[in-house]
Amino acid sequence: MYAYDELDRTLINERVSEFRDQVKRRLSGELTEDEFKMLRLQNGVYLQLHAYMFRVAIPYGTLSSKQLRALARIARRYDRGYGHFTTRQNIQFNWIKLAELPDALADLAEVGIHAMQTSGNNMRNVTSDQWAGVAPGEVEDPRIWSEILRQHTTLHPEFSFLPRKFKIAITASEHDRAAIKIHDIGLRLLKNADGETGFEVLVGGGLGRTPFIGKTIKPFVHGRDILSYVEAILRVYNQYGRRDNIYKARIKILVHELGIEKFSREVEEEWKLMGDVGLTLDHSVVEEVRSRFSYPAYEKLPHMPDELKQAAHDPLFERWRKNSVFPHKVQGYSIVTLSLKPVGGPPGDATADQMDAVADLADKYSFGEIRVGHEQNLCLPHVAKRDLPLLWKALDRIGLATPNVNLVTDIIACPGLDYCSLANARSIPIAQELTRRFANHDTADLIGRLHINISGCINACGHHHVGHIGILGVEKNGEEFYQITIGGRADEGAQMGTLIGPAIPYAEVADVIEDIVEAYLALRDRPEELFVDTVKRLGVEPFKERVYATR
Amino acid sequence: MTSPLEQKKIKLTGPSMVTANRTWDGVVIYRTAQQGWSANLADAAVVRTSDEARALLAESIADDVGAIGAYIAPVDVKDGGKIAPGNLREHIRSEGLTIDLLPVPA
Ligand code: HEM
Ligand code: SF4
Repeated sequence: MYAYDELDRTLINERVSEFRDQVKRRLSGELTEDEFKMLRLQNGVYLQLHAYMFRVAIPYGTLSSKQLRALARIARRYDRGYGHFTTRQNIQFNWIKLAELPDALADLAEVGIHAMQTSGNNMRNVTSDQWAGVAPGEVEDPRIWSEILRQHTTLHPEFSFLPRKFKIAITASEHDRAAIKIHDIGLRLLKNADGETGFEVLVGGGLGRTPFIGKTIKPFVHGRDILSYVEAILRVYNQYGRRDNIYKARIKILVHELGIEKFSREVEEEWKLMGDVGLTLDHSVVEEVRSRFSYPAYEKLPHMPDELKQAAHDPLFERWRKNSVFPHKVQGYSIVTLSLKPVGGPPGDATADQMDAVADLADKYSFGEIRVGHEQNLCLPHVAKRDLPLLWKALDRIGLATPNVNLVTDIIACPGLDYCSLANARSIPIAQELTRRFANHDTADLIGRLHINISGCINACGHHHVGHIGILGVEKNGEEFYQITIGGRADEGAQMGTLIGPAIPYAEVADVIEDIVEAYLALRDRPEELFVDTVKRLGVEPFKERVYATR
Repeated sequence: MTSPLEQKKIKLTGPSMVTANRTWDGVVIYRTAQQGWSANLADAAVVRTSDEARALLAESIADDVGAIGAYIAPVDVKDGGKIAPGNLREHIRSEGLTIDLLPVPA
């Protein structure tokens, strides 16, 4: 957990009263919508189809049980009893009233949560691995560095008025769970030959209309220099950033146009020129931030407790354990993923009652801590293995033990046309239909790891480009159509999927996905060959043939 | 649906209305023929020429305190004059979500 300092708390409270005053002036007509729009966006408030949407930041995906209960209260008191966890470690409320927003913000401020850095052309919520601090083999806890960057960039004038929004993600593991290659800046923590902590720095990743995979700009930047190096990148970006064209102003476009070599030379020059601008991180500063993260007092527990041996006789428990329980760096403990992808449910939604129940379970079994990952699932990061059987029963009762993590029904989907005013087509009902088609978890298990990602328009909030199967909503003559890509991935081997052919009407999407999955099952050379690997080996042709031959 | 937020020129393809969101709570509203707003599509003023549409949009936008994001959207006028949303987007705005939500106790 992280303990906010007094400065943070004062800042958050000031923002709430400031916003209360702004809302009052908006409702009285003193502020026009034009004047107000910037202000509401700075506080995470968008306008969607049916209502305002309120986006709340969950920095590096870490929540305390107290904070989760506060989110549940917001859902219940100001919304319709549920919230939606997003791909960027935020939660969104879809039905919030502008007049009540200041109260909602004030309630959240009491538990140290806010909506800064969730919208606008600024430095967004720095995201990280949801397993930070508990993943085996991690270099060190990446949240310490997320927090240092967060403190440096929050409300920093230079980062508050960028050409466009700017997103940073950090990972500290071999396996990238933070999707750093599709962020404006991606940071991978590593140690150099002398055992010093630093970062491989990637730049220029992003999806949307013009998707790019981030490129390595510097293989090793020492930890103490990371703020100044990021600052140098931002300075070069700010100098060039094409503020005139909204589609082109992202750093990915700049890096693409200049080429990574030239861009990196310019950053290098800027970095040298900057000299010492007081951004070098003292060891003591890093240690101070580190000291504000507390870790549980783990017990010394056996690797294989009796409770677990006994429960292993229950095939339903075993299926869930194999699917949703992951190794922890401390012996006798596990990381447990809570699937927010029940069959037929909207991906990423959780009801207020579920949030409260998870908060209680976190208190009982996970030292009061909950994590939120970019796959729109929750996670309990410190569960003693002996408690797994009881936890499973409790999760099952509240609908959070669907054993489908990383499987075909663990779908990432944006809100699409059911909520979003920018959408071309719906996303959620497509996801729901697919979860019904693949409702048999044994079949899903047989299919193996397969990520389906769905976006309702080219803004790519559902990360469709990097889905093993990507589904993108487009419009044809006022009808909903969907482009299908295959072979994308978001991890350390990130790449964009390849379009398999002409767009498909709404009613046929689930059939087409079933065809693709059947083709894969027939084509894979052994059961362990993952869908993406089969696509890599054979290309899109055989899948294309299967889908379009009969259509 | 191409987002009507990208609406630049006013070119009607059929009977239309003006819709927006109510400022204080965000609820979907329709401009009425009485220069007011209603949360009920049945009350919407229907326009059929671009001049009419432009005028209706102008008076709607002028109410900056009451409504936000006003734009012109298509409607279907059924036999007997009953009006219905003219596309899926407006259908969703007027009828609500097309999806099953998780069960939330009332
Ligand atoms: C419904 C309200 C939403 C609106 C209006 C919205 C709007 C947008 C827009 C306009 C962009 C593209 C901006 C750009 O490329 O510069 C974007 C990007 C993004 N949105 Fe959303 N979004 C919404 C909801 C969500 C939700 C619910 C999620 C998560 C499930 C999400 C995740 C993302 C992500 C990850 C990106 C970055 C994609 C990239 O790397 O380019 N958004 N959003
Ligand atoms: S991808 Fe498009 S439809 Fe989906 S939430 Fe983002 S802006 Fe809306």
